[in-house]
Amino acid sequence: MQELEQILDEALKQFAAIEQAAELEQVKARYLGKDGSLTQLLKGLGKLTAEERPAAGARINQVKQQIEAALQARRNALQQQALQQKLAAEALDVTLPGRGLGVGGLHPVTRTLERIETLFHSVGFDVATGPEIETDFYNFTALNIPQDHPARAMHDTFYVEDGRVLRTHTSPIQIRYMEAHVAQHHNLDIMPDIRIIAPGRVYRVDSDATHSPMFHQVEGLWIGERVSFADLKGVVADFLKRFFETENLQVRFRPSFFPFTEPSAEIDMGWGDRWLEIGGCGMVHPNVLKHVNIDSEKYLGFAFGLGVERLAMLRYGVNDLRLFFENDLQFLKQFS
Amino acid sequence: MKFSESWLRSLVDTSLPSEELAHLLTMAGLEVEELAPVAPVFDKVVVAQVLSREKHPDADRLNLLKVDVGQGVPLDIVCGAQNVTVGMKAPCALVGAKLPGIEIKQAKVRGIASFGMMCSDKELGLAEESSGLLELPTDAPVGQDIRDYLSLNDASITLKLTPNRCDCLSLYGIAREVAALTNAGLQAVPAASFKQDSARSVPVKVEAAEACPRYSGRVITGVNARAATPDWMVRRLERSGLRSISAIVDVTNYVLLELGQPLHAFDLAKLNGGITVRFARADEKIKLLNEQTIALESDMLVIADANSAVALAGVMGGAASAVDDATADIFLESAFFAPGVIVGKSRRLGFGSDSSYRFERGVDFAATQIALDRATQLILDICGGQAGAVTEVLGQLPERLPVKLRLARVQRVLGLTLDADEIGGILARLNMGFQRTGDTFSVTPPSYRFDIAIEEDLIEEVARVHGYENIQPLPPMASMTMLPRTEIQRPIAAVRQVMVQRDYQEAINYAFVEAEAERDLCGNIQPVKLQNPIASQMSVMRSSLLGGLLATLRTNLARKQPRVRVFEIGACFGSSAQQERLAGLCYGSAAAEQWGAAMRNVDFYDVKGDVEALFAPADLSFVAATHPASHPGRSAQIMMRGKAVGWIGELHPQWMQQYDIPQAAVWFEIDLSALMRADVPHATVISRFPPVRRDLAVVVGENVTVLSLLSSMREENAPYVTELALFDQYRGKGVEEGEKSLAFRVLLQDTQKTLNDAEIDQSIARLTAALQQQGARLRI
Repeated sequence: MQELEQILDEALKQFAAIEQAAELEQVKARYLGKDGSLTQLLKGLGKLTAEERPAAGARINQVKQQIEAALQARRNALQQQALQQKLAAEALDVTLPGRGLGVGGLHPVTRTLERIETLFHSVGFDVATGPEIETDFYNFTALNIPQDHPARAMHDTFYVEDGRVLRTHTSPIQIRYMEAHVAQHHNLDIMPDIRIIAPGRVYRVDSDATHSPMFHQVEGLWIGERVSFADLKGVVADFLKRFFETENLQVRFRPSFFPFTEPSAEIDMGWGDRWLEIGGCGMVHPNVLKHVNIDSEKYLGFAFGLGVERLAMLRYGVNDLRLFFENDLQFLKQFS
Repeated sequence: MKFSESWLRSLVDTSLPSEELAHLLTMAGLEVEELAPVAPVFDKVVVAQVLSREKHPDADRLNLLKVDVGQGVPLDIVCGAQNVTVGMKAPCALVGAKLPGIEIKQAKVRGIASFGMMCSDKELGLAEESSGLLELPTDAPVGQDIRDYLSLNDASITLKLTPNRCDCLSLYGIAREVAALTNAGLQAVPAASFKQDSARSVPVKVEAAEACPRYSGRVITGVNARAATPDWMVRRLERSGLRSISAIVDVTNYVLLELGQPLHAFDLAKLNGGITVRFARADEKIKLLNEQTIALESDMLVIADANSAVALAGVMGGAASAVDDATADIFLESAFFAPGVIVGKSRRLGFGSDSSYRFERGVDFAATQIALDRATQLILDICGGQAGAVTEVLGQLPERLPVKLRLARVQRVLGLTLDADEIGGILARLNMGFQRTGDTFSVTPPSYRFDIAIEEDLIEEVARVHGYENIQPLPPMASMTMLPRTEIQRPIAAVRQVMVQRDYQEAINYAFVEAEAERDLCGNIQPVKLQNPIASQMSVMRSSLLGGLLATLRTNLARKQPRVRVFEIGACFGSSAQQERLAGLCYGSAAAEQWGAAMRNVDFYDVKGDVEALFAPADLSFVAATHPASHPGRSAQIMMRGKAVGWIGELHPQWMQQYDIPQAAVWFEIDLSALMRADVPHATVISRFPPVRRDLAVVVGENVTVLSLLSSMREENAPYVTELALFDQYRGKGVEEGEKSLAFRVLLQDTQKTLNDAEIDQSIARLTAALQQQGARLRI
């Protein structure tokens, strides 16, 4: 059966040389097809004796299997090769930029306000808002600032033609909130605590490098049966430490005067080798509580106010207040 | 309040260094705004006298001086100053002296040895400019250290006083405060030693007794109004921020600063008859010392003589009765005017004075006479003359009612465990009279305090003197309940994030805008106007955020930004209420220039997509409507549940031209409350059977809107239809001019079964009929 060995040897060589899958199938027919050399040999078995036939048949079948295996292996190899070529051809430059819309960003003041709200929310302060055009009553009188009080000179007020004012602070929100809270809980023996922050835009007739006629404030208010000046110091100092993420931040409280708080304090923060004024605070003045029908013997409260732009400037290293309202995209995009 | 530190130290015996004194005051609520030394650091500068002068042989502009510096042997000094004369006295820096910027060494100047330097005030750092040597008075003691001679070891301290602390608007008041805080000794006000040696007096009548509870005056005759104010007084005044004017005026200013009592000197010869304190009469006018003539109003208190008003009480004297160099006799006024009568006047007049500043806050009504005597003594000392009798009219002075102070309340308000004895000690240091019953004090504040009316005022005093820094901060205790969070209200932060994720940058503009912008862009001819705008382009309150966003666009176009996408959330103001809104503005390419997408300008539909995303999943409809800001054919009102909630449009070409905007900008504005409303989801049964899709392509006239076709199909309520949407619009080959082809996707599905062809065809037939009713022709 030397012929058989020859066929096998020839087939293996031919398969290995083939590079196209289609060609491989054509060559396959030469061996395994109807007229293929192996098929011919199998047909020729009939000419052999009955004794010779099984051994010869087995041998031919063995070779046939070997050829089929070689064929399949070559098929797989060619398939792999083709796949690899295809993948290589499909490779991308992954460094090309992504497609589509970009992402915008928040204004630094909003970013700061959201951070302030999150921090106070974590200790149970809700957010309250109110109108920016206010009546004289809510902006001044209810806050213990009567007409002609020298303290009014501290507020350079914008007046609307109808006599109302652009609020000079967000304190009117506190008054409105307290009124609503008292009305809601008037039938209870003990009124639930008021714990809010009041963020918003405020207006003063002042415009230079360090003053803007419109700016943002956030005020806080906590009214309850057990609220003290020591608590006020605790909450404000805690906030500033969390806001600036500086555990050993120096915060000091210094006596001051606001008509709506007594005792009153300025809040200073250590910054480099200086003290920076960062806000005002104090215990809510009994006259203010009286205006909203809260019994000042039973309930105490503290309030504080912080300048949002100031906090943003210190936090993000902004050195000119005017940048906040110029809305130059080059500036704004830095806070995205 | 500005004052000389050494003057303060002459009144209170404190050993605190300057910086610590400033800290003490600041932490007691008297904020030190500035601590400015009157002279920089220098030493070895003495009073010197020029004994002789010769020309320098080799330099025209230099002189060779022999100078007596009190060392016995005169010094040879080369000097370039042009005002040097023999006999003059001037400061001389000795060899080894360190002046600001230079150290004095023995040196040769053009070949001649010089043993020191004669100084100008500039060289000593006392002035910015000078024109020669600082000439000293002839009686200046030669050899004395110039720092001692000119009292240069001093500083000007500026306090930023809060309006409640009127008691500290004087040197004596601040000294009293330092004494209370440190237990240091307080000097008494120098006692007057003069005798009354004239019988002259002026009769005084107070018609407005409540406005002027106390009026005192004294005649001083035979004064020399031309007398020079002593140097020490000039220095103290200057270092306290007041210029020296004339001896009599200087004395009144000095006592004002020292004791806080405003005084006024009238030229007696210019007064006609007695003094009347009364409210101004109708049509009365007065020319004041600042040369302004004002029309007096009926609530203005005046000092009048027999003829007319001669001073605006507590604010300013009149020009007609002012003292001048020729004045020989004066009438010196020291009064207490009720704060409520003075308050507000300076604001109304547009100017105030050191007097009105104090009177409107409150002046010590027990010190009127003390101040009058103190000023009298100083005038007699400086100007000579004879003191006459005091005329005083005394009415009802302010009452100082006792204020209750309870230990428990102090502890509760402050969160601090002080004991009653400590509180008593603090009250005593503040000169607060009190009676103590157990743990309760009944406190009577002194006459110079106008800020102690209720218990909290005293609690602040206790805390202040104890030291705010000595109150330990506490983490507050509270009973915790969860804060409500309404699900039907979207958090505003989430709304902002939608804008950010869609490539908008947030802007914040001023809420006041130009009236023209309101008129042009919003058709608003009656905006909310400000009475006192800071500039005409900020004179009205915005009724829309659009004006601000256009300004932002222009700012950025000017800075060469090719693409601007901005949004703003803020209040808008109408005649009745304010409304929070969200507005956006897009300009330039739809997406930033990139390799993978063709450049095209942003258009109406891009921005409409942003608006829809903002409201998602709520359904909006857009109704063509005109807006003054927008291109009339590219403008729509945004409707939600049948209610108008905003506008969207392409900027009108007219405004593009006017505002210099080269390409179309698309804007929108939405009522924020509509945007923040959200529905709580409610789950329904979902189908496990596959949906069937059918497409319907129709041709309609250009004037037929997609919304009208969708609406008519929806109204049909055909069974199994779960989605109806437009997926293509086509114009061109195969479609007549004036028409468009629209293709709708219809999804049909049932929750219970797979739909058969008959069911599907039935529903599609109904939709087709609905389309045909709108004039649509099916495209096959």
